[in-house]
Amino acid sequence: MEPIIHINQIHKYFGHVHALRGVSLDIYKGEVVVVIGPSGSGKSTLLRCINRLEEFDQGQIVVDGITLDSAENINAVRTEVGMVFQQFNLFPHLSVLENVTLAQTVVRKRNPAEAKIIGMQLLEKVGIPEKAQVYPLQLSGGQQQRVAIARALAMNPKIMLFDEPTSALDPEMIQEVLDVMLALAREGMTMVVVSHEMGFARAAANRAILMDEGQIIEEAPPNVLFTNPTNERTKLFLSKVLL
Amino acid sequence: MVNSKNENNSKNGEKKGYSFFFDRWWLLLFGVLAIIVLLVIFKPDPFRRIIIFVYDGIWVTIFTTVVSFVLVLIFGLAAGLGRISKNIILNGMATIYVELVRGIPLLVQLMFWYFAFPSVIQEVGNAFAISSFATYRANPFLMAILGLTFCYSAYMSEVYRAGIQSISKGQMEAARSLGMNYFQSMRFIILPQAIRVILPPVGNEFITLLKDSSLVSVVAVADITRRGREFMAANFIPIQTWVMVALLYLVLTLFSARIVTWIERKTKLER
Ligand SMILES: Nc1ncnc2c1ncn2[C@@H]1O[C@H](COP(=O)(O)OP(=O)(O)OP(=O)(O)O)[C@@H](O)[C@H]1O
Ligand SMILES: [Mg+2]
Repeated sequence: MEPIIHINQIHKYFGHVHALRGVSLDIYKGEVVVVIGPSGSGKSTLLRCINRLEEFDQGQIVVDGITLDSAENINAVRTEVGMVFQQFNLFPHLSVLENVTLAQTVVRKRNPAEAKIIGMQLLEKVGIPEKAQVYPLQLSGGQQQRVAIARALAMNPKIMLFDEPTSALDPEMIQEVLDVMLALAREGMTMVVVSHEMGFARAAANRAILMDEGQIIEEAPPNVLFTNPTNERTKLFLSKVLL
Repeated sequence: MVNSKNENNSKNGEKKGYSFFFDRWWLLLFGVLAIIVLLVIFKPDPFRRIIIFVYDGIWVTIFTTVVSFVLVLIFGLAAGLGRISKNIILNGMATIYVELVRGIPLLVQLMFWYFAFPSVIQEVGNAFAISSFATYRANPFLMAILGLTFCYSAYMSEVYRAGIQSISKGQMEAARSLGMNYFQSMRFIILPQAIRVILPPVGNEFITLLKDSSLVSVVAVADITRRGREFMAANFIPIQTWVMVALLYLVLTLFSARIVTWIERKTKLER
């Protein structure tokens, strides 16, 4: 079977910082992959390379059969790949519903009525249909992040990328976001999740990956990686996180 | 100073009605208007005569300013986008344009457009035997508007640039990751937010442009200032003439400032 995301030996430099040092990774349809690792290890950079928010310097990424090279291909890939950010990045000048419908009408060329129906369905799915007419800054962090997930889903992506979706949230709001993500995983969405939420990883992930200094150090099912790591650096990192 | 006062008012929750539209700054405007009216009524000679004489100049000033400003809004945005562009050529062109224009006094630029630029076209016409170029004559209005637009678009590009850069990078990334292209992201996400940020400086630019438009009087445009000079030359009453001209400008600038504030509040209350 063809992987839906094929990452082959990519390198990324920020000036002198060698942020990704030859990362290769294949992800298959329906897989949920959790990426962990210390700060600065290149997790965000890897995720951002997948939808080309970041350009890489060497190597190759193929998403759903589309090679990331030309500008056209990048936009094609971006409509297939949804992204959820640590800081939510909702559009503050648009209502919650408009946040979810804008790209549908502008990019997917759906008519506004249809976009609205889909938008409301998605807001119901993430559990906040009653906030449709509210502006994002009036919502709690957890609610904002759920809207951000709905906004990405509105494009009918085949893949969802999450970059530390819960680490800007107050502790009592983390679970409501993880629940939405868990439901998404159960539906068979292909997901790449940068997160240190071990509970979520155990419940949802097929694979956990540890990155350090721009490389993938170890890769295993979450239970194995968290309880029986083989690599010394993995052990060191886990001992700090699991304190 | 004007702005900080208004911020306070809107924070106090004045939402609708007279107190919203008519604050104390309107009193200043009405005061100036009252002085003009009183002068005209109680001292018609010379004040009524001055007003009648410069009246068409008022419209020339307004017309020149408004037309130039609309063009400045468009070209300033283009130059501002050039300044933040990652394309080296676009960025370089925009940067050179802005830095050059900002380093040359507006008066000198206007002189160039009115006196030198037509000569350049004529020379070119002579050299290449293009008769419509060789007999080219500068239209003062056109050259004044061209000069003001060329100069102020450079200033305005910096306002746009600052406004766009004040919007967090995550907004553009979120828009792009939804598949919107650069222009869609600008149009639907970045500019609508930036406009709220840049309204006060844009209003400022308008008022400064209104005042600087008095410089077009040296390139044969019969605006308020030029009409004032003509009146003075014919009647030798400098004090009264320039007091009246100053009062007329004050009415225009104070009124513009009120309109700017009003628009600012309207856009703020939208949500
Ligand atoms: N825009 C940038 N400019 C310069 N250097 C960058 C940039 N983005 C990331 N880096 C550097 O690249 C390296 C990898 O950063 P990255 O953000 O991918 O790490 P991360 O694993 O996501 O860390 P964190 O857990 O703190 O989010 C770091 O050394 C970082 O300083
Ligand atoms: Mg990160």
